[in-house]
Amino acid sequence: MSLEIQIATGSSTPIYWQIVDQIGKAVESGAAQPGDQLPSVRALAERLVVNPNTVARAYNDLVRDGVLESQRGKGVFVAERRQVFSDAERRRRLEQAGDVFLHDVRMLGFTTAEIIDYLERRLSEAMPETPREVTHE
Amino acid sequence: MNDFVIETHGLTKYYGTREVVSPLDLAVPRGSIFGFLGRNGAGKSTTIRMMLGLVEPTRGSATVLGQDSRSLTPELRARVGYLAEGHHVYGWMTVKECGEWQSRFYQNWNWGVYNGVVDHFGLNPKTKAKGLSRGERAGLCLALTLAPEPELLILDDPALGLDPVARRSLLQSMLYVTRRADRTILFSSHLLSDVERVADHIAILDRSVLRANCSLETFQDRVRQVSLKFPGTPPPPPAIPGLLHSFRTENEMVLTIANMSPDTDRILKSLNPKSIDPMPLGLEDAFISYLGDRGEQSFFIPDAEDVA
Repeated sequence: MSLEIQIATGSSTPIYWQIVDQIGKAVESGAAQPGDQLPSVRALAERLVVNPNTVARAYNDLVRDGVLESQRGKGVFVAERRQVFSDAERRRRLEQAGDVFLHDVRMLGFTTAEIIDYLERRLSEAMPETPREVTHE
Repeated sequence: MNDFVIETHGLTKYYGTREVVSPLDLAVPRGSIFGFLGRNGAGKSTTIRMMLGLVEPTRGSATVLGQDSRSLTPELRARVGYLAEGHHVYGWMTVKECGEWQSRFYQNWNWGVYNGVVDHFGLNPKTKAKGLSRGERAGLCLALTLAPEPELLILDDPALGLDPVARRSLLQSMLYVTRRADRTILFSSHLLSDVERVADHIAILDRSVLRANCSLETFQDRVRQVSLKFPGTPPPPPAIPGLLHSFRTENEMVLTIANMSPDTDRILKSLNPKSIDPMPLGLEDAFISYLGDRGEQSFFIPDAEDVA
């Protein structure tokens, strides 16, 4: 697994969130595969030159969100992809992503049809088979 | 036994009639990397010197590793490493001789640590100290401070005047020291990017008064910026406890607020804005708003667990 994490200080994004975000993207893009082991909290903290608590917090968040899993005594690994959010939380995150998307494309002058076309193409590339078996009580 | 390596109780210092440190109650948790922040002249160095028993407090007291600062024994002093502002060394000694000389004062002296730090900063042991650059001198001083393997490390503005490479080496050394969970570092700094990287707790001293004493995370969580949009001209800024800063444009009002609460939310909503959106705020901006000249100065950010 090649894990490239860049930390920007002085940013309005806290460091722990930069780590969460970049590990999330590495998993998303396939650069980190399920079963890959992550560096220990201490090792990553020393590599990034940040407080170990910051890395620990990022790992905790990612474990909570099901991106990573912690195996006692062995370390932290990329988890098998599965759905861990409640329906309400999934909805909230979708809304959030939608807000950002709309905010960015509104000014570009595409028609609704063009945007839908584009989205459909990108979606079929990104997730050829949409998981259907995911249900929540 | 408590888990604080430094505690101050009403620690106060006057020089003549000028109050340099207002009654200060501070507790530094064991194992933390504690950033001690504040503008120049806020009283940080005086506080540190009182903790170390180098300056007599006017009132109040401080304990270091459980012992009163005014009567620290040599044994206890050996467990505390102090890097004074300015990185003073004897120029006529070589890097190696500085170590040999300093080692005589300590029962416990780890040459491995000394040589490791010297090496980490790229110093040649045969160089005379007077020939070192500022960053190299900082490295030498750090090596001299770390070699006795102190339990508590107090660094007074260690990054002052260092170039980015030397600063990075300094931060790496700080993380290295706290590999052992029982090692604590208190450091003062103006470089908020360094603080953001390595500190887990901060205290902010503002013109002799303590204004925050909490985890870095808590500070970043509690100083918030919100944007309120209005159909027309925004109303005057509301009276909100903890309002640090406000500015208004034609139809927007941006407020920086410490200690946001449900009450604050209610007041904001009562202004009937079109929208209320949180805005991202970096540590540096949060800090500047916090210590800016405008805005209210009377509130305090305590640690999360102290807040209901």
